[in-house]
Amino acid sequence: MSLLGDVARWFADPAHWQGPQGIPARVLEHLEYSGVAIALALLIALPVALYLGHTGRGGFVAINVANIGRALPSFALLGFGLLIAIPLGLGLGFWPTMFALVPLAIPPIVTNTFVAIREVDRDVVDAARGMGLAEGQILRSIEIPLGLPLILAGLRTAAVNVVATATLGAVVAGGALGRFIVDGFALREFDQLVAGGILVALLAIVTEATFSVLERASRSPGMAAIR
Amino acid sequence: MTAGEPLIRWDWLGSHAEEIGQRIGEHLELTVIAVVVGLVIAFALSFVALRVPRLYPPITGITGILYTIPSLALFAFLVPYTGLSVLTAEIGLVSYTLLILIRNIVGGIRGVPAEVREAALGMGYTTRQILWRIELPLALGVIFAGIRVATITTIGLVTVTALIGEGGLGYFILLGIQLFFSTPLIVGAVGSVLLAVLIDGGLVLVQHALTPWSRVR
Repeated sequence: MSLLGDVARWFADPAHWQGPQGIPARVLEHLEYSGVAIALALLIALPVALYLGHTGRGGFVAINVANIGRALPSFALLGFGLLIAIPLGLGLGFWPTMFALVPLAIPPIVTNTFVAIREVDRDVVDAARGMGLAEGQILRSIEIPLGLPLILAGLRTAAVNVVATATLGAVVAGGALGRFIVDGFALREFDQLVAGGILVALLAIVTEATFSVLERASRSPGMAAIR
Repeated sequence: MTAGEPLIRWDWLGSHAEEIGQRIGEHLELTVIAVVVGLVIAFALSFVALRVPRLYPPITGITGILYTIPSLALFAFLVPYTGLSVLTAEIGLVSYTLLILIRNIVGGIRGVPAEVREAALGMGYTTRQILWRIELPLALGVIFAGIRVATITTIGLVTVTALIGEGGLGYFILLGIQLFFSTPLIVGAVGSVLLAVLIDGGLVLVQHALTPWSRVR
């Protein structure tokens, strides 16, 4: 079990905690990649899914987009990202990774948001309409709050996938935590490799846990009382 | 990916036809082993969970953590012990199928209506007979949904194993990235998507053949 000792020593080395290649910098890079990708995906997916959900149109597309998304391997998306970014002169690293992460994050957000809005009790929506609420108000003050847990569940799936796949960015010369793993493989430095694995796994689990907490907190207390 | 270079060089495709065929075979082999081994383990754990419901939360908890750990991180843990090998790839691939399969097996069997189970019990079926002749066939639709998701996910994940020297069609994606050469990249990416679509279609046909009663409506 000397490997575990090596890994512990790797973590204890102050040099690994400083500078642009240190653990804190790489964690921040990872969060930056993931955060920007999720924000872009939300910007694209949320308005479309809210509109489709509110009007009830395009259900077939909204639901099947998730299945299509699952069939698209993230590694292939990364390759396509490179194919798009290089001719556009956007270089390596950040942009090819973005082109892989954003399409990965869109399907779960679209499908969950659509279902979340559709599943809001139609009687509640009709009552709101009868009380004279405008369509925009119904969406903002009835459908979104009631659908929020499910919308956040989609966001959680997207975020966990994105955090996992941001690791692959290192293959196209990106920064982030994948750097430790890819460099560890390349240099056959098992301490760095395993340390990178631990950091990535922890970040993914923390992401999952954070969104689970958000999801639970977003459940409308009124609805809980009815049930 | 330099200027003037076409997106796909068809002559490369022609001269690598044999290798492409080999990689498709490797891709299928890695996928089938992972799903079959995953099914065996998932069925065993599901039966345990159905017999002792108290164990269901820890089983889904642990397989859930396995599912959450990014594939590259999992390979990073395994490589120092099992090396750059098929075994490393399969341990990773199998662990990603477990949560999906167990949820669908347990969910499918628990979803069998209680009246049906009681009717079988009244007709003198033993617990084991109820499982094999009543519950499993009726749960087959839900279980198959799980198998389809697990298989498609695995086909995608196989491409990542290119980074530990396996990969099937993922090998071409990695080659394309390393050489900045779009032809193999597209072969690998489009190939693995096509493979997923074809296999999924095949699984739907198998499911139809196995559950003839679901078509009578």
